[in-house]
Amino acid sequence: MIVEKAVAGTGSWLDDRFHGARGLRTFFRKIFPDHWTFLLGEIALYSFVILILTGTFLTFFFKPSMTDLVYHGTYVKLDGVHMSEAYASTLRISFDVRGGLLMRQIHHWAADLFVAAIMVHMLRIFFTGAYRKPREVNWLIGIVMFTLALLEGLFGYSLPDDLLSGAGLRILQGVMQSIPVVGTYISFFLFGGQYPGHSIIPRMYILHVLLIPGLFAALIGAHLFIMFHQKHTQMPGKGRTNRNVVGAPMYPYFMAKTGAFFLFIFAAVALAGTFAQINPIWLYGPYNPLAISAGSQPDFYMGMLEGALRVMPAWEWVIAGHTFAFNVFVPGLLPLGLIFTVAALWPFLEQWITGDKREHHINDRPRNAPTRTALGMAVVAFYGVLWAEGANDLIADHLDISLYTVTEIARVAVIAVPILAYIITKRVCLGLQRKDLHLLEHGVETGIIRQLPSGEFIEETRPVDEETRAKLAVPERLELPAGPTEGADAEVPPPGLRGGIGRVKARLNKVLAETAPMNGHVANGHTPDGEHPPAAIGSAERDGGDSSERSSD
Amino acid sequence: MSDSTAGYPGGDEVPANGEPAETRRRVIGTPSPAEARSMLQTPPPGTPGGPPPPRRRELPADPDDPVSAKRAELIVAACFIIATLAGLGFIAAYVIFPVHTVTGTQRSNLALGLTMSLTFLALAAGVVIWVRNIMPTVELTEARKPLRSDDEARAEFKETFDEGAEASQVVKRPLLRRTLIAATVPALVAPIILLRDLGSLPRKKLDHTVWRNGLRLLTYGANTPIRPADFASPGGMITVVPDGFQEDFNALAKATCIIIKFAPGQLQFTGGSSPVPGKVVANWTVDNIVAYSKICTHVGCPAALYEQTTHHILCPCHQSTFDATRGAEVTFGPATRALPQLPMTVDAEGYLVARHDFTEPVGPSFWERGPST
Repeated sequence: MIVEKAVAGTGSWLDDRFHGARGLRTFFRKIFPDHWTFLLGEIALYSFVILILTGTFLTFFFKPSMTDLVYHGTYVKLDGVHMSEAYASTLRISFDVRGGLLMRQIHHWAADLFVAAIMVHMLRIFFTGAYRKPREVNWLIGIVMFTLALLEGLFGYSLPDDLLSGAGLRILQGVMQSIPVVGTYISFFLFGGQYPGHSIIPRMYILHVLLIPGLFAALIGAHLFIMFHQKHTQMPGKGRTNRNVVGAPMYPYFMAKTGAFFLFIFAAVALAGTFAQINPIWLYGPYNPLAISAGSQPDFYMGMLEGALRVMPAWEWVIAGHTFAFNVFVPGLLPLGLIFTVAALWPFLEQWITGDKREHHINDRPRNAPTRTALGMAVVAFYGVLWAEGANDLIADHLDISLYTVTEIARVAVIAVPILAYIITKRVCLGLQRKDLHLLEHGVETGIIRQLPSGEFIEETRPVDEETRAKLAVPERLELPAGPTEGADAEVPPPGLRGGIGRVKARLNKVLAETAPMNGHVANGHTPDGEHPPAAIGSAERDGGDSSERSSD
Repeated sequence: MSDSTAGYPGGDEVPANGEPAETRRRVIGTPSPAEARSMLQTPPPGTPGGPPPPRRRELPADPDDPVSAKRAELIVAACFIIATLAGLGFIAAYVIFPVHTVTGTQRSNLALGLTMSLTFLALAAGVVIWVRNIMPTVELTEARKPLRSDDEARAEFKETFDEGAEASQVVKRPLLRRTLIAATVPALVAPIILLRDLGSLPRKKLDHTVWRNGLRLLTYGANTPIRPADFASPGGMITVVPDGFQEDFNALAKATCIIIKFAPGQLQFTGGSSPVPGKVVANWTVDNIVAYSKICTHVGCPAALYEQTTHHILCPCHQSTFDATRGAEVTFGPATRALPQLPMTVDAEGYLVARHDFTEPVGPSFWERGPST
């Protein structure tokens, strides 16, 4: 009772000043739909919080300086070795500050988790179509944050100035220097002159601890605000429509669950930091431009760029007295640049192709958008091949095949595997759709065999329950305005689809709208619950497809 | 605040008009009878002017299954006790385990990490069990309004915007508008200009290294000069640095070289005094010892691996492979250019020295580099 009184008193005091009662009530009753994939973004958010907490601790002891000194400290194997102050202070954090090593390792594990969670979260958003109107802006903010996360990670693990990260920095500088026209200048300005100079560590430090985290804080704020304002998407299910949100309220349910989730994540990275050694810089030694160790591997999120550099053929031309190092700047900038650009444009491209300008709050199941899913898998495959090629030396070593063979295979695979992934994924999606459709139309097999008066045997089926039906139902697709299909004008396309661009649009629409052939079937009067038949250009009605094989029952 | 009172099912404790006697027997914790003493009559809930009717309860007050909730309560409490002990353990571990030695650090890391993980894990587990087994299960539905404002609101906004634009006069007075834009441009450009001193200009700096005529080659690490006779037999690769620059990373990032001794006849020579693709400049070698830049021509990693049987120099970063007998020309990988050869000779005392600087820029490509000589 005393507690209740205290809460009421405090609440009253605050409300007198901030007028918060109504707003906070809405906040408390905000509905959070449940699905395990909705936790992925939270993992990223909470890793960020852990990074801020552990990172702040590390700044108390880290010295971002490239001043040369001779080490005489706890780690006797490096006694008397020349090193930068940055490296020496990292050794001090590891061996002379209680909890320092733990914080360093948690920080590093949390950083890896941060990037991984962002990647998987973005894949979830893409594959379920959660980026569609009205959430395009949040998708763009996400892409910017992903880019920043890669930079933040790269700068962060370069700070200790050890041999491994130094090699990574050298590669970064080489790529930067290769950029046509401005590359040399960018490199000189970033490094304060020639590589390696004495400025890069302090400069990366301030970018790593102030500028980029500040941008993150602003963007995360915007990301969450927009999500909050537009309300969550939900997976299809019974009672879930485009006009509601079904789930548990913020207070007390979501607050408690998400608080526990934060603690789980913290516990997980703390366990990793306790038992799984990461970035043991004392084993690598201080940076030195002459030395390198074989089998050097960057953090996982840089592996793809590393692989791109390795797989690229040696193409370089001197044109009009200037060097075009295609072998360096193309793999350095093109793969990620291409993925990010296409990802950023995709929501708008899809809207343009499908003509679908409606709001979408119910997520697609990936199978119900076969072309989108296939496209996403092609990108995943492209990324995956380059990522694997980033470890080609290790692959060659473990599989005992020639290093050059691995690279030559990767050169073919980087083109072929995405194409294969596209085709296979699309077929799999369409197959899964057919399976769903079969269930919807014919129900679940019960195993009960009945003999008809005519002597014929049939198996009884039972209609799927409502919950399943809501899940399986294919969302309605929007149709581009169709032209007349009969008469003299049959060959004349509608206004939006005329001309070169119009034809491209119509063609793309046909590809994008491809779904399992249900139109013809449903139109024959087999719609189970009398819903409007989903319509799409290129569906079975016009293609014929294999609707005939299932139209008899 | 009347809202929150009405939210409770017990909100009917607000005295109904005409029954003040009931409210005098106030139990501790029930609402204060101040409202009852009010001179104004409070209309009954739900009528115009009165408080809103009690809201229908959305969240049940009791768990779905009181028996299992009771059991869960004990488990949750146990989790929280474990978290408390582990938290205390963390503080104890901080005090007990010293660092300053490698094994000490290991022990401290293990103790701190374990107690910390356990604290979070037990807390998280407790809360999850609490939510799942003690809190009643709910599923609420919230209506979603269209995001687009209605036409009236849009029209109002447009009016407000236009009014403001007109009142500011910015539309009517192009002089103001244009001079304002003119004033903004330099103010935005200036901060970029301010970044100019971030670094020096490249000019020709990437074209040269510190190597010059007579500068000795020292073995890296030992820092000793090298006589051709020191090589007992053809074989391995030695990293060399210019005398006087052993600790200068800025110089070494470009000037570091490797030297390899070959058996007679292994090197593919050209007689000229300038590099030819696939050939070693004979003039620049001493006694079948050849020196190449160690900085990979791809992105600048040290090309640090050497395979004696094939005479291949391999860069471990991206596996560019160079044939040491053929002027370090590229045989595989993403590098496009051979490792430049350092012109060598011996000085009066018989030590290996540079003849002059490299005749082309070393290391990765850059825009201004131009064709190789």
